[in-house]
Amino acid sequence: MRLEVHKLCAFYGRAQILFDVSLKLERGEVVALLGRNGAGKSTTLKSIVGLVEQRSGRVVLDGRDITYAPTAHIARAGLGYVPEDRRIFTELTVAENLLVGRQAPRPGAPAWTEKSLFHLFPNLAELSDRPAGEISGGEQQMLTIARTLMGNPAALMLDEPSEGLAPLIVEQLGKAILTLKQQGLSILLSEQNLHLARAIGDRVSIIEKGRIRFEGTMAEFAGDQTISRMFLAV
Amino acid sequence: MAFVVIQFLNGLASAADLFLVSAGLSIIFGVTRIVNFAHGSFYMLGAYLAFTLVEGVVGPALGFWPGIVAAAVAVAILGGLLEVTLLRRIYQAPELFQLLATFGVVLIVQDLVLLVWGPEDRIGPRAPGLEGAVSLLGHQFPRYDLFLIALGPIVLGALFLLFRRTRWGILVRAATQDREMAAALGVNERWLFTSVFVLGAFLAGLGGAVQLPREAVHHTMDLEIIVEAFVVVVIGGLGSVTGAFLASIILAELNAFGIVIFPEVTLVLVFLVMAVVLVIRPTGLLGRPEFAIRAASGVAEPPITPQSEAARNWVFAGVLGLAVLPVVADAYVLSVATEIMIFVLFAISLQFLMGISGMVSFGHAASFGLGAYGAALMIKHAGAPMELAFLAGIGLAALGALVIGWFCVRLTGVYLAMLTLAFAQIAWSVAFQWYGVTGGDNGILGVWPAAWAASPIVFFYLTLAVTTLALVILRRIIFAPFGFGLRACRDSVLRAEAIGIDRRQVQWLGFAVAGAFAGVAGALYAFLKGSVFPDVLAVPVSVDGLVMVLLGGIQRLNGPIVGALVYKLLQIVLASYTDYWRLVIGVIIIGLVVAFPQGIVGFFGTRLDALLVQRRNSP
Amino acid sequence: MTPVLSVEGLSKRFGGVTAVDDVSFSVAAGELLAMIGPNGAGKSTCFNLVGGQLKPDRGRVRLFDHDLVGLPPRRIWRFGVGRTFQITAVFQSMTVVENVQMALISGRRRIGALWPKASHLYVDEALELLSRVGMLDQADRACSVLAYGDLKRLELAVALANAPKLLLMDEPTAGMAPAERIELMQLTSSIVRERGISVLFTEHDMDVVFAHANRIIVLNRGRLVAAGVPAAVRADPSVQEIYLGSAGTPAPSGSPA
Repeated sequence: MRLEVHKLCAFYGRAQILFDVSLKLERGEVVALLGRNGAGKSTTLKSIVGLVEQRSGRVVLDGRDITYAPTAHIARAGLGYVPEDRRIFTELTVAENLLVGRQAPRPGAPAWTEKSLFHLFPNLAELSDRPAGEISGGEQQMLTIARTLMGNPAALMLDEPSEGLAPLIVEQLGKAILTLKQQGLSILLSEQNLHLARAIGDRVSIIEKGRIRFEGTMAEFAGDQTISRMFLAV
Repeated sequence: MAFVVIQFLNGLASAADLFLVSAGLSIIFGVTRIVNFAHGSFYMLGAYLAFTLVEGVVGPALGFWPGIVAAAVAVAILGGLLEVTLLRRIYQAPELFQLLATFGVVLIVQDLVLLVWGPEDRIGPRAPGLEGAVSLLGHQFPRYDLFLIALGPIVLGALFLLFRRTRWGILVRAATQDREMAAALGVNERWLFTSVFVLGAFLAGLGGAVQLPREAVHHTMDLEIIVEAFVVVVIGGLGSVTGAFLASIILAELNAFGIVIFPEVTLVLVFLVMAVVLVIRPTGLLGRPEFAIRAASGVAEPPITPQSEAARNWVFAGVLGLAVLPVVADAYVLSVATEIMIFVLFAISLQFLMGISGMVSFGHAASFGLGAYGAALMIKHAGAPMELAFLAGIGLAALGALVIGWFCVRLTGVYLAMLTLAFAQIAWSVAFQWYGVTGGDNGILGVWPAAWAASPIVFFYLTLAVTTLALVILRRIIFAPFGFGLRACRDSVLRAEAIGIDRRQVQWLGFAVAGAFAGVAGALYAFLKGSVFPDVLAVPVSVDGLVMVLLGGIQRLNGPIVGALVYKLLQIVLASYTDYWRLVIGVIIIGLVVAFPQGIVGFFGTRLDALLVQRRNSP
Repeated sequence: MTPVLSVEGLSKRFGGVTAVDDVSFSVAAGELLAMIGPNGAGKSTCFNLVGGQLKPDRGRVRLFDHDLVGLPPRRIWRFGVGRTFQITAVFQSMTVVENVQMALISGRRRIGALWPKASHLYVDEALELLSRVGMLDQADRACSVLAYGDLKRLELAVALANAPKLLLMDEPTAGMAPAERIELMQLTSSIVRERGISVLFTEHDMDVVFAHANRIIVLNRGRLVAAGVPAAVRADPSVQEIYLGSAGTPAPSGSPA
């Protein structure tokens, strides 16, 4: 699935958060959207799925303009979104959370079942009947990804999946995301954790203060220390 | 001991239909965030339809059980139709206008019921197989009540299964917690909203239908049940079915035992329990954190400024025009004009509470009615002169508002609004039940003005003077530091607290001020009518006020004047042409909400502003 | 010299998560102290614990000799703590100058007055404050038509109304264009310098932080991990690690990097 974002602007009240953000996500590639916190990563992802009310620009999914489509339609078109703050349905069990995400299988995209997801995220299997509000932060992060995968998306947007997770969990997560990539999913990964991004990204976009400041391949980015020093470091 | 058990069972039996209605109300609110006033109408329709279908008034008699189920299904379909045709158009409108629209539905259904079934009570048949009574601990206990006792837990169990075991139920729970996230996972909201409405309406319809063998069907049962249901969801917690179950049992048991043990203070008991619950748990027994209710969409809201020269001139011209009215008008027109002025004052006091102080009240009739009763009681029991009685009315209203406000400012949003309604209903019940003091539904007669003010002309001028003075004083308060403090708390509690303002205290006093001015209107009303009945405290008065303020545009200073004038005139004119004026007004209200979500003055005001800007910009 | 604000052993848990864990720091007189850290580090919680919006489980917060723990925000304000918010909070139903007058009225405890016209009270002082933040020409405008940067400046004027000794600024430049950010922070530093006010602020914009903070404290996962002057914090490898991802994280297998 191809995702194209043209000159996206977004506002909260009168505060402009995004300024002409453009991005491209080709079929089967992983694009890392990097930036410090507050740079506009989350707002970019939210605007793409229609969760920011005031926005302008154009979002095109496989040739279809979805800029002003209802959020549910965008999800059903095959674009999965995993929010930064996880937004687990805490009062539902783990299995019920997965059920909420379930959609019909989509041609050309991997079809997930609860079982295959438990294979991808082994920790979740034993927690199936636990209220999602009671599981650990890392487990919740796994759950929120699994929940979105239940919709059998062809493209996936992950918002800072490594945030607040212990290194070991981040490693597990990285493996899981790589598996998804190998299955042909297009992935837009917003991250602060350079290491994770470097491990799985094909291309990099850097956002700073609501503007895209760098676009290039992972090799170009990794080869030039000044870029990360300028836009990401303290 | 046996007596206690029997009474307890009685309570459980009457909890059943209350639970059905409250559960539906709660589920609908949880998902759609709409406070559905029309839920009582669904209940009433369920009862009437069950009566018709069971008895076979039209078409073949279905028999009891099929008739009950068919009635509930019919109401469910009506609920679905209502959602698709009306509510879908207004999900984007401010919450209060949604509420107003559902109240329009209440009015329409009230008159449709009168049109179709007539005003007399309808007595339903006994349930076949459950007639008569069983002997229980030496007492006779109706068999049908045993069925009702079982029905509550059965429905609770069924809902539990529905919400735990079906994908639909899980989606409803997910959407209740986080609608946006559910949508981001591809959950189709439209379909979910409609189906939730169908379920809620089904439960309300069923609640009304199963009541058939127990109580006569009558055309005021809609408001009676909705008020109780509001109390239940406030105690139980909005959005919680189990909370509704617990709270309806608590409420029904309080009633069952209260009636026998302390008949006079039953309602005070209910009130005390509610107060204790809310002070300890402001979101009810099992409720989740506050659901905010916004008065207006409010993004590009203009500041409230002292009115323009032109607007002031209009008001002045209006007062002048009224001053010469007695020259041309007869006594009837004068009394109509007096009544309208009284409601203008009432509407202004409510706008002060809602528009300026940001506290939405569904029960402003409490203050109006306390003003009326305060004056009337003073005359009846103390033989006081009009002037003193008038002051007593204001005093009682202010005192009542202080008590009610003390609780209300502890809450916000929908909880606050529903609590005001519950308090108003308590005031109504006290007036209705306390025969010795208030005369119950016989009211208090002989509340006439003093001799000097007895002529319609003098009383008209008196009302004009009092209303104008009250208007001036309230305006002054709005632009005084205290009014600024109220507006600060309305605009941003966060900012207000961050500059040293004690929100609760300021709002509490604001509540009392609004109550006192509504009391002025109420006292005037008592003297205009020469009598006071519990009606002055009833839900329709509160809602009339709400309609006036919302029609006028909640943030417009002169909005309530226009709103009260238009609405009251419409009521009076329509009532003189047709018995079914509620129907017409209901249709008009719905039409207005769909067409002008900002209110009349808001709408024309905005158009006017736009015109002025255009003119200024054109060469 | 006694610090203006001293925080000792501050802790706050939400459910099973420790949002702020045994954090101690102090703000000296006239100092601009920046609090930074990645998302979820506990900055907002820490801020709300100091401002009184939240109550800590453990720890002390003192303004000079006053214990602030457990006090509501309005009381803390009376001790001399002004506050600006990440998403501006102003009174929409009032004009720009009336917003400042409201704060002055509250400061003089005249909020109970029913008769005087509020817009006639403390006009000179309000205009003086507006003029200090460069908003004099917009005094009579509606808040709803202000540019976002101007709303931020209005908030600053309101926060200054009670002659505060400490300003708490939660992401003062969030949502602003870069040029405006520099302007606002320059304005802020010049005002606090001339009035001897101390500032505690959180900020995402590192240009702002390093240009204006006298000292920086870094939070990560609720804990204070570094504190010092900007150059020292910048040179601290543990800080860079937090911002760039832990170099110690083993790479997932099949890593293309």
